Amino acid sequence: MINRNLILILLLIFFPLKATALIKVDITRGNLSPLPVAVASLFSSEEDKKKLNKELKIDDIGLEISNIVENNLQQSGLFNPLDKEAFLQKPDIAHLKPRFEDWALIKAQALITGKVNLQDNKLRVEFRLWDVLAGKEMLALAFTTVPKNWRRVGHIISDKVYERLTGEKGYFDTRIIYVAEEGPKTQRVKKLAIMDQDGFNTKYLTLGNELVLTPRFNPTNQMVTYLSYFKNLPRVYLLDIETGIQEVVGDFAGMTFAPRFSPNGKKIIMSFAKDGNSDIYTMDLENRIVERITNHPSIDTSPSYSPDGNYIAFNSDRSGYQQIYVMKSNGKNVKRISFGKGLYGTPVWSPRGDLIAFTKLHKGKFYIGVMRTDGKGERLLTENFYQEAPSWSPNGRVLIFYRETKTDSKGEGFSAKLWSIDLTGYNERLIETETDASDPSWSSLLSN
Amino acid sequence: MDLGKIYKNIFVVLFFSFVLSACATQTTTKKIDGQMQGDVYTGTDTVEYLADGVADRVFFATNESVLTTASRETLRKQAAWLRKNSEITVVLEGHADERGTREYNLALGERRANSAKDYLMTYGISSSRISVISYGKERPVDSGSNPLAWSKNRRSVTVKAN
Repeated sequence: MINRNLILILLLIFFPLKATALIKVDITRGNLSPLPVAVASLFSSEEDKKKLNKELKIDDIGLEISNIVENNLQQSGLFNPLDKEAFLQKPDIAHLKPRFEDWALIKAQALITGKVNLQDNKLRVEFRLWDVLAGKEMLALAFTTVPKNWRRVGHIISDKVYERLTGEKGYFDTRIIYVAEEGPKTQRVKKLAIMDQDGFNTKYLTLGNELVLTPRFNPTNQMVTYLSYFKNLPRVYLLDIETGIQEVVGDFAGMTFAPRFSPNGKKIIMSFAKDGNSDIYTMDLENRIVERITNHPSIDTSPSYSPDGNYIAFNSDRSGYQQIYVMKSNGKNVKRISFGKGLYGTPVWSPRGDLIAFTKLHKGKFYIGVMRTDGKGERLLTENFYQEAPSWSPNGRVLIFYRETKTDSKGEGFSAKLWSIDLTGYNERLIETETDASDPSWSSLLSN
Repeated sequence: MDLGKIYKNIFVVLFFSFVLSACATQTTTKKIDGQMQGDVYTGTDTVEYLADGVADRVFFATNESVLTTASRETLRKQAAWLRKNSEITVVLEGHADERGTREYNLALGERRANSAKDYLMTYGISSSRISVISYGKERPVDSGSNPLAWSKNRRSVTVKAN
């Protein structure tokens, strides 16, 4: 749906230059000296400026788009966008041919320039990425889109720059679905909400009349599966974001919960609780066939497929306490993989397939961590009073999760917020939301 | 070698001081509240009554769904009341405290409510009169972030449905 409005029309120039000669940002470790980058305002002719202003009611769309890029690059922790006040060369001239000495003087190592105008009622944007020290163009792209998509233009430019400089796909042209929360801790009102990855364009998908929990995207980001207490019957639902149509998943005589899509989007995997026992089931969305995957008197929940769909990581207390297990997608070969001290929950398979993110409770503290899929190489990324439910960025480099505060002696001061942290354990950041927020789930890239 | 020994000793000392301080805090908490046995709530602050002398809820230890002696007594009274009032149907609402992951707590709440349901059934209440719902950690009665508040929130509440 979204991609229809956005067509990448033209790959202008893409010099295959020697990697050694050009800047490269290492994203495999915590970056203590982020790359200084100058993001020039995208320029428009005076005439275009007037037309754009009339269309979008924004004074300087080129400046706004460059600010989105700056913000994204800064949030990644890998880049240090320089103050525009210090720029010596005008953006329009720099876009044609930068005077690299001027940019080197202000210590920029990379430079982004661009141009924006209206063409047949479409927003047309072009941008270039320059290596200042080598004095070379690294990337040049142009694309058109419907004007109201202008924020996404900033995200797509950010993704292309990130990809060119780090060698890995970006994660900026993405959305987060989450649960918006309000009201006292004992009577929280919860709604499904969706927003751009940078916190803009928030939309509420439910009204708050019933409790909703744990929304998750399908691979094409058009459907969401979640738990709703509609009519006080906690069941897994499926929601089409475009049409707003909701339906119950399957016909279970009891609570279904902890839903996720299979990697091909054709099945929903979830827990079904009956007579005090929770097991894992799948339902095929095409033929509605329900399959039981686990059959054990313990609690089996929080299932998550490997990206190839061949394995399932899940949470079970069959050893006596919550631990993480992996099995084949048919339920065979169940193996416990978490053996560290404490309790382990919410396993989520990385989109790269090599790691499983989890929540750990040990000695009264909650941790977000990662381990390899055989349970080895456990690394704890962050410790707090309460936090859980990590969700991976589509490139597998960042985790988003939620954190709740400890209340004071009067039971006041409760809040729930979204946070993100790099796989390196660095760059922990609060994600601003209009209301309190929990249960975040990261979409895949909207445009590829 | 020597250095290793020193480190080892420091570690042992630290370890013991930690154990000692842990014990110290635990005993003081017990003294202050006096409303918990182990970590099961034994007070009556949040309890409501289905009828005279028939408490509406039972409490659980952390991560547990086993009924305590006190819980079984409460449920026997509920069963007697339900036998006397045979037109009444109930919903058992299972809850967990905030110190667990959301999805696991949903399952745990369901397990707790069912352990209360099973007990009512052994005392002659038909399963057709009892439905079960889990709220996990979504509906605490006490918004505190301390062991006493958590103990009040680990509960199964019997609610009249008609």
